[in-house]
Amino acid sequence: MSPWRDGLRRLRRYPSALLGALIIVALLATAVYAVVTIPYSEAQRLWRGGDLWQELPVNAGPVWADRLFGGDAPRTLRIPTAAAPIAEEAYEGVRITEQRLTFDFTYSEFPSEINLFLGSSGSDRQPFVRATWITPQGEQIPLDARRIGANERISISQNQTLEGRLGAPPQIGLFSATSAGAGTDQQALEVQQGTYQLLLETVHFAETSELHGELIVYGQVHGWAGTDHQRRDLSVALLWGTPIALAFGLIAAVGTTVTTLIIAAAGVWFRGWVDAVIQRLTEINIILPLLPILVMIGTLYSTSIWLMLGVVVVLGIFSAGIKMYRAMLLPIREAPYITAAQAYGASDLRIILRYMVPRILPVLIPTFVTLIPTYVFLEASLAVLGLGDPILPTWGKILYDAQDQSALYHGFYYWVLSPAALLMLTGLGFALLGFALDRVFNPRLRSL
Amino acid sequence: MRRTTSVSETPGSEKPGSERSIGERPGNPSAGVATATRGTVATGGVEATGTGAVTTGGAATPTAPTYQQPHQPLLTVEALQTHFELRQWGFLRVGSVRAVDGVSFTLDHGESATIVGESGCGKSSLARTLLGLHRPTAGRVTFAGTDLATLRGRALKAYRAAVGYVQQDPYGALPPFMKIRRILEEPLIVHGVGTRRAREERIAAALEEVGLEPAHETWQKFPHQLSGGQQQRVVIARALLLRPKLIIADEPVSMLDASVRAEILELLRTIQRQHRLALLYITHDLSTVRHYAHRAMVMYAGRIVEQGPVERLLDRPHHPYTRALLAALVDPDAANAHQQRPIPAGEPPSLLHPPSGCRFHPRCPAIMVGRCEHFDPEEAHPRPGHRVACWLHSR
Repeated sequence: MSPWRDGLRRLRRYPSALLGALIIVALLATAVYAVVTIPYSEAQRLWRGGDLWQELPVNAGPVWADRLFGGDAPRTLRIPTAAAPIAEEAYEGVRITEQRLTFDFTYSEFPSEINLFLGSSGSDRQPFVRATWITPQGEQIPLDARRIGANERISISQNQTLEGRLGAPPQIGLFSATSAGAGTDQQALEVQQGTYQLLLETVHFAETSELHGELIVYGQVHGWAGTDHQRRDLSVALLWGTPIALAFGLIAAVGTTVTTLIIAAAGVWFRGWVDAVIQRLTEINIILPLLPILVMIGTLYSTSIWLMLGVVVVLGIFSAGIKMYRAMLLPIREAPYITAAQAYGASDLRIILRYMVPRILPVLIPTFVTLIPTYVFLEASLAVLGLGDPILPTWGKILYDAQDQSALYHGFYYWVLSPAALLMLTGLGFALLGFALDRVFNPRLRSL
Repeated sequence: MRRTTSVSETPGSEKPGSERSIGERPGNPSAGVATATRGTVATGGVEATGTGAVTTGGAATPTAPTYQQPHQPLLTVEALQTHFELRQWGFLRVGSVRAVDGVSFTLDHGESATIVGESGCGKSSLARTLLGLHRPTAGRVTFAGTDLATLRGRALKAYRAAVGYVQQDPYGALPPFMKIRRILEEPLIVHGVGTRRAREERIAAALEEVGLEPAHETWQKFPHQLSGGQQQRVVIARALLLRPKLIIADEPVSMLDASVRAEILELLRTIQRQHRLALLYITHDLSTVRHYAHRAMVMYAGRIVEQGPVERLLDRPHHPYTRALLAALVDPDAANAHQQRPIPAGEPPSLLHPPSGCRFHPRCPAIMVGRCEHFDPEEAHPRPGHRVACWLHSR
């Protein structure tokens, strides 16, 4: 039976290997899902951020975490003007419309923010809008009155005068059961559940003029991953971080182990000055610290993840592995079957690739598998050091942003925990499989 | 530095590569030039005798093939030297191991010759030099009229196809991670032989020839699933695949069970006769020589001390070393079980510092003090085709 098939059969007896393989398969599936649903360019565009995230709350936690701890944090409510009926009255030269944006607020906690997005179209004469808040009890609170251009954002929760009138930030004051006077303890305020209305009274100065937009009452939770300080949905970065992490780890591991092995084999085979050069290069390279070099390149040149990958691979080629493989290959070089191959005319390249390298592949596989997460962690470390890729979402970048925004100090645990959990899961999966592979293949090598 | 201390070779001892020491640089041309001058001086005697007379050696044997070409032997070896440099710290030359030190012989088409010698006498180095795996320090190897040293690229590859190699350790000679079919396909792929199907047919034919039938069952196995004898048959099949003219068998049976030795030797002989191959059979075991080869050569400390037709050499040995080897042979007669045999005193000489004059003089029972230790013996010709390098037989 083939030693490979035999090895796989024996691997099945290790539950840890199965668990590891399961984790890796799940990660791979996630990576494939991410790449298929969000194309590379789309992922970059999304992560660049800006207005496209404006309907999401800032620093919202994941929904499941809130439910897990029995919370009833509000989700984001979006009430478009298009859904509200329009009552219209015509006067001389002007039209007055009245719209009520109606919604039920049933959560026991206050929303995080209220924004009103309005825009006018159909005429270059801008309509005049007066917005009034109507509580479930029917209390009317005037919010704002202004002309509306093509695209306006009315930040109700940033309205200082309104905050002064309410005695609390508008997103709290507008939803509290009791109106707060000055000096009221905001923690004591309670949410008034019920049906709220936003009354929009618009004066149009042209027949064709129209008003459109929506009211967004931002929640405190969003999706399964939450959002960051730029309202970006973290699920994008968590999803897309998977293929990037796996690709980085895999390419770096393949790039270093395979080339290292082949170079070691070439040195052992050719001996003489080839071997001497390879050994000296390795000895010099071993004492060069990788991280400072990467920091230097990132600071002075570019922090592109693919450049970093290239540098990691190049510096990883002449690594300590060369010494290890050399020690393993030296006796193999003298094996009679190599002499036989030489005698029937096999070329140097053929001897190295077909006769020497395959002999130690069984020991290479576990090393290779356990090496993948180290490179994943390296990428994360670089990102945390501020040398992450500037345009791509990665797990390390999330951690960097979280640290930058003092996420733990502010209590945004999800921001740190979810990328960290994914990193740990990756490490765990490859380690479980790698250690089991090591147990299966290494004794085999000793017996060969 | 390593010295060979064993007098007789034990089966199972690791042979390949044992002559090589730390710091040796066989491929270094400058080293070769440096030692060449020294080597020539030391082997003047061997060179002086020339090789012209030897060509008739094969023809004189009783079983010599009838079709042979009289004008050109298949393999001519002239004053061949293979020395290995010993270096300290990678560049300081501290000496050289004279594994092959002035060997001359010829081998005709279809002729089989055997080289007998103790372990460490340079037999395997000679084989590897002939295979083109070591560059000779001096001397010349001519194969079918072409100088081996001039071969490059395609021509060298053709030479490698024309010379088959059977090794001592059959398990080590087969890559353990390949199936038999792949192992046998490799030489054919290297030499770009035919389609996959044509290669399969040739492999099957070769396996059948060495008695491993059915072929399609054997070739699905890994080497470790075969017995030692079967493994050696695969090695022989591999040597045959490229249809060689010469097979060099370096101790082909010394690591096998006594029970399969005869079988393998018989197989080699049958194949040699059927294909009219030249066969160079290298062994330390004189007992396997008698019914095997046309010609025998006795090697001692990198040189051939006596060569001639097998029967004559075994029945009337001239060189004291050949006599000693024959005397040390196990006698199957039970009555002689407790008889003390005269074994040459001492041990095989160091090839790093070989004795002056006749290499055998420190152990020779018939040493002529004043001559043997100072001068290289001239070659004597007691009979046509029988050559012996000993002062006892030369004037």
